[in-house]
Amino acid sequence: MNIDLAFTIFVLAILCGFAVISKVPATLHTPLMSGANSIHGIVLVGAMFIAIEAEDPLSYAIAFVAVAFATLNVVGGYVVTDRMLQMFRRKPAALKPPKAEG
Amino acid sequence: MDFALVEPIVRLTWLGGAVTFVIGLSRMSSPATARNGNLLSAGGMALAVVATVVYLLLAPHDGGFNATGWIVIFVGIAVGGGYGLYSARTVKMTAMPQLVSLFNAVGGGAAALIAISEYLHYPSVPGLQYNVASVLDMVIGSITFTGSLVASGKLMGLRITPSRPVRVPGGQLVTAALTLIVVGGAAYLWLGHLSVAVMVAILAASLVFGVTMTLPIGGADMPVVISLLNSFTGIAVAMAGFVLNNPLLIIAGALVGAAGAILTKLMADAMNRSVLNIMIGGFGGGEGTAATVAGPGGSVREVSMDDAAIQLAYASSVIVVPGYGLAVAQAQHNVRELAEILEGRGVDVKYAIHPVAGRMPGHMNVLLAEANVPYPQLREMEDINPEFDRCDVALIIGANDVTNPAARRPGSPVSGMPILDVDHAKNIIVMKRSMGRGYAGIDNELYLNPKTGMLFADAKRGLAELISAVKAV
Repeated sequence: MNIDLAFTIFVLAILCGFAVISKVPATLHTPLMSGANSIHGIVLVGAMFIAIEAEDPLSYAIAFVAVAFATLNVVGGYVVTDRMLQMFRRKPAALKPPKAEG
Repeated sequence: MDFALVEPIVRLTWLGGAVTFVIGLSRMSSPATARNGNLLSAGGMALAVVATVVYLLLAPHDGGFNATGWIVIFVGIAVGGGYGLYSARTVKMTAMPQLVSLFNAVGGGAAALIAISEYLHYPSVPGLQYNVASVLDMVIGSITFTGSLVASGKLMGLRITPSRPVRVPGGQLVTAALTLIVVGGAAYLWLGHLSVAVMVAILAASLVFGVTMTLPIGGADMPVVISLLNSFTGIAVAMAGFVLNNPLLIIAGALVGAAGAILTKLMADAMNRSVLNIMIGGFGGGEGTAATVAGPGGSVREVSMDDAAIQLAYASSVIVVPGYGLAVAQAQHNVRELAEILEGRGVDVKYAIHPVAGRMPGHMNVLLAEANVPYPQLREMEDINPEFDRCDVALIIGANDVTNPAARRPGSPVSGMPILDVDHAKNIIVMKRSMGRGYAGIDNELYLNPKTGMLFADAKRGLAELISAVKAV
């Protein structure tokens, strides 16, 4: 990939981000931030690349920490965002019949 | 299978992942679709990771199948994923900002580690794209890593990282020295030198910089700092994408960088401060910058629990203004209980949420949603401000500067800050632990307003007493 192409993608993605995120209401700013936070966990893909390219103990150690960190970011981020979002209800849960899963 | 056939499929799957991230974020514009959007984004992420596994399995390698590498990947995923699942499931909603901050830290750390690993493997001076991107990735990723860890520690109230601003000895001198190392080192490497020693120096300076940057920032500025660090991680991940020539990392990183930047701007505007001003150091606790402006004179009137209860119980409309103090006292369930009792008596109850209420952007909304407050009752500032004119009682719990009418006049540290128009309400009840000042370090003129009655109590205990008083009415 050429640098100009890579940079084009970068700039367009930033503009896309601005456009999409400006519409999010303040009520959802915390889940938005936490959701965006999980998206940068995509760095896991990069960490997997360096693990496969590694050849010496130091590189394996770096790759291991990178993979573990990135997965923590992805899994933790999505799960905590989901927990938050399922609390946003139109009506109080107390008025509904109790469900098995909280 | 033929790799030439698989590669385009993998790349298209990555593109699909990027598309789900954008759609997922756009569904965050309404609470009704947000959860679905987050699940879509998670699905796209899983697909992108599976595609990467396929790619790595089939791509031709110099050394053949790297069994150790695969073990590293799977054990790493198991460890990180396991801890992520556990911590995300067990965290209390009040403790959530520090967990999100921790996730942000490790994301930035992973991005920095990728740059370090790549840099150690360059046989000769890399092309300018890789040279610039790897150094930027390292610097930004390291600053986010330690910065977010300190922010997380501050939110937890750890003793080594207290939530009050901590002056770094020799503050600006240290910052200048660290900046010199980073900028000088980067320039040296970019001019065509390959030096692991210089790389390590840049790395060390960036890690220290993350700490010295975040330590002096006060607890009330945390929404701004967390947004900013989130944005940094996005940019670091995009840089990792440049280093590895991976468009998915570039797109996802840029999206998050943009999201963080917008939130940072919104939060800073809501506090009427520039981002630079916040990063350099707060106006509270400064060198006597908080000029006192002669406001309307008057005295503070205290109100008893019973009087407050009567006012609330016989009102037709009540607006609750929750603030930082409510979040600290974890009194969100008590507020909801009071509101339900009032609603049972036919009182119309709404919540006015200032953009910086709580400890991260939108935190108050999450706390109240956790306490089962229906989200249509949670109202944003612009939306609720006109309604204070028609409201019988404004009940302010643990909020201070965001209600100070002094913000409407020039000449005070809060001047120009958007505030909630609580003084337009017919009666005002302020529940607060003491006459202590807010973060801006100035007196709140609202407390001198003849319509205002003060209830001196901790939010949690005060609300419990108020609830029993209302029940007795």
